[in-house]
Amino acid sequence: MNQAASASRRPLTTPPAPAPLFPYNSGSLLSVLDLTVDGVSHLLRRAADLENEDPIVRDHILAKRRIALLFYESSTRTRTSFELASKALGADTTLVSSLSSSIEKGESLKDTGLTLRALGAEAIILRHNASGGAWLLEEATRLPVINAGDGMHEHPTQALLDLRTILQHLRPGVSGVGPETLAGVTVMIVGDILHSRVARSNMLLLPRLGARVLLCGPKELLPEQAARSGPGIEIERDFEAALAQSQAVMMLRIQAERLAGMQLDLDEYKASYQLTGQRLAEHAPTAVVLHPGPIIRGMEITAGVADGVQSAILEQVTNGVAIRMAVMERALTAESGTPAGRSSSAGLQNGGRA
Amino acid sequence: MTALAICGGRLIDPAAGVDAAKDVLLKDGRVAEIAGTGKLKHTDGAEVLDATGLIVAPGLIDIHVHLREPGQAYKETIATGTAAAAAGGFTSVAAMPNTTPVNDSPEITRWMQAPERGAEVRVFPIAAATRGSKGEALTDFAALKSAGAVAVTDDGRPILKDGMMREALAAAARVGLTVIQHAEDTRMTQGASMNLGPVSFKLGLRGMPAEAERSIVERDIRLVTELREAHPHLHVAHISTAGALAAVRQARRNGLRVTCEVTPHHFLLSEEHVGLYNTHAKMNPPLRSAADREALIEGILDGVVDAIATDHAPHAQHEKEIEFELAPNGIIGLETALGLCLRWLHREWRMPLGRVLNLLSAQPAALLGLKGRGMLAVGSFADVLVFDPKAEWTYRATEGKSKAKNTPFDGWPMLGRVRWTVSEGKIAYASA
Repeated sequence: MNQAASASRRPLTTPPAPAPLFPYNSGSLLSVLDLTVDGVSHLLRRAADLENEDPIVRDHILAKRRIALLFYESSTRTRTSFELASKALGADTTLVSSLSSSIEKGESLKDTGLTLRALGAEAIILRHNASGGAWLLEEATRLPVINAGDGMHEHPTQALLDLRTILQHLRPGVSGVGPETLAGVTVMIVGDILHSRVARSNMLLLPRLGARVLLCGPKELLPEQAARSGPGIEIERDFEAALAQSQAVMMLRIQAERLAGMQLDLDEYKASYQLTGQRLAEHAPTAVVLHPGPIIRGMEITAGVADGVQSAILEQVTNGVAIRMAVMERALTAESGTPAGRSSSAGLQNGGRA
Repeated sequence: MTALAICGGRLIDPAAGVDAAKDVLLKDGRVAEIAGTGKLKHTDGAEVLDATGLIVAPGLIDIHVHLREPGQAYKETIATGTAAAAAGGFTSVAAMPNTTPVNDSPEITRWMQAPERGAEVRVFPIAAATRGSKGEALTDFAALKSAGAVAVTDDGRPILKDGMMREALAAAARVGLTVIQHAEDTRMTQGASMNLGPVSFKLGLRGMPAEAERSIVERDIRLVTELREAHPHLHVAHISTAGALAAVRQARRNGLRVTCEVTPHHFLLSEEHVGLYNTHAKMNPPLRSAADREALIEGILDGVVDAIATDHAPHAQHEKEIEFELAPNGIIGLETALGLCLRWLHREWRMPLGRVLNLLSAQPAALLGLKGRGMLAVGSFADVLVFDPKAEWTYRATEGKSKAKNTPFDGWPMLGRVRWTVSEGKIAYASA
């Protein structure tokens, strides 16, 4: 026994977790972590260039390239802006949604992806209700996969368009970014952090550009472990104290569809976390207000604030098209493609999951 | 019946405290003679297995496997599952009742043991504790025991109601059966697919809190304490958290008959191994935190853990190639348990070979009261594992005997290669 006890006290080496092989396709954008800071900078510059480009010239960039939009959840902004962005570059797009396709008949995500690939899709934009959906699709198809939101996990193009919006307000005239671009800036994210893919992508992206991310919300919607997601993330549960420290305020919708039996007193929530004109004027009179939408007026934000002078909500939407043009250009041009040595038909069993 | 003489090897029999050069003669399904090297007296006509440089040990015993029959033969059959067991050095496996239909009857219990199933090694059914594993009415423990069931459990569907669990413990104690609990308060794990913590938050997956396991273990121990006059035996399946293990440790100090098992994946892997939604790292209980894993290793080394069990849970390929939160729980484990235990428990963490084998044979046999198993004494069952303790090899799931390939250990280095597995005197597996 003593021998065993002393043996157990020495440090126990354990097998390390294997490094993930994702992304398989260099054109994919699954997570904001797929991009280097230089990569983010390049996308922001291309977004600006493409926005200002002559539409006739722009139309040739992805002329006749085939892009599939695969949507397992409803969407207004994301779907439309991806579609407009792809078409602005001359690509052909096709929309497959879970309610009007064989997905309803039980076709798996893998088979749906392989079918789209066989139909000639060169890239797939995926909105999926399960976290990790984009990874599964990319592994199965090895196509450039753009994650347009996977469950409660990530929404990288939203974080990029939020970044562009924040830069326009707080760093006007800056075209590219570096690790210090947002030094001294606090961006607060308020509300239903637990269920938010927008929050996760933003909290992983913004600190890499020097920003401090301050999360704010009740314990049920903002668990303590959120602060351990990466560097530069802190929690401040007092809404007004958080407002007073922030230059950008990102409000989130309560995701009723994901609450899964959680009891939440909405009146109490509004009393503590609703962004009202009075709170904004008192604690953050110059901050820029963001919201990824859809907004629920009178819930997390009042109509006055949503329509007010500090609101950048519609600028975010507009920026979505520019960012997504850059993302789709990246997906289908430059160095994209299946990296050498990886078979596009490899099954999951032999892939990164083994 | 033919006789087998296993000669020239080093016999390690933890039950008898033997570790010496010995030859073993097997006859008519039993151990007939054990003698010093070259000294067997009754080898006439026996087939000789040359075990020079090899270790001869009791066949391994896995008290937690899912063989998927009846009803889910597309995942695994009793024949393929036991072939995998034999390849992994196991001569006895205890099969969980979450089949289709649930094994809650003497008929199914007998069906599973029938020769027609083509089992390569001995199958001991573990029957459902409640009808249909619905947690509402107890099954007939006495009848199940006579049909061959070695324990009762509602594995995968824990018994949540205090009254029902108390009844199960009391009724099992009356007939001398063990109650095995998959400890999970499912009210805390709705929709969850991995351990609750920073990793689940990061991946946007709903998490299972460690308290969901600990609280049920604590509740069960409380019931065992209340029933202590009746001497119930509670066995905690695949324990995975530091808190639950501490509760078992305390219960043992209090003199209660509470035992537990740990799987190789829980002592080797942690929640980080989920990576980017690797469904081969999805099981229930989930891979836990690094601190939990450390506590499990400590528990194995200091003896509070009674057995290593695999929770061998085969699934068809297409079932794991889906969204992480939708994929079924479980991984296969019969063909990797020995290689991983030797590689890590023995070589890396310096556990003596005899103690490793004890956790894989004598102790699990004692735990379920499998008489004449898990030991190699004259008269005991001729269940023998002969392996090369120094052989290093790489596990390839595609080369396995199991129908399923769902394992996170594909491509992992293993230590110790099975040369022969002998089940009741018959060679059930021989490596090429």
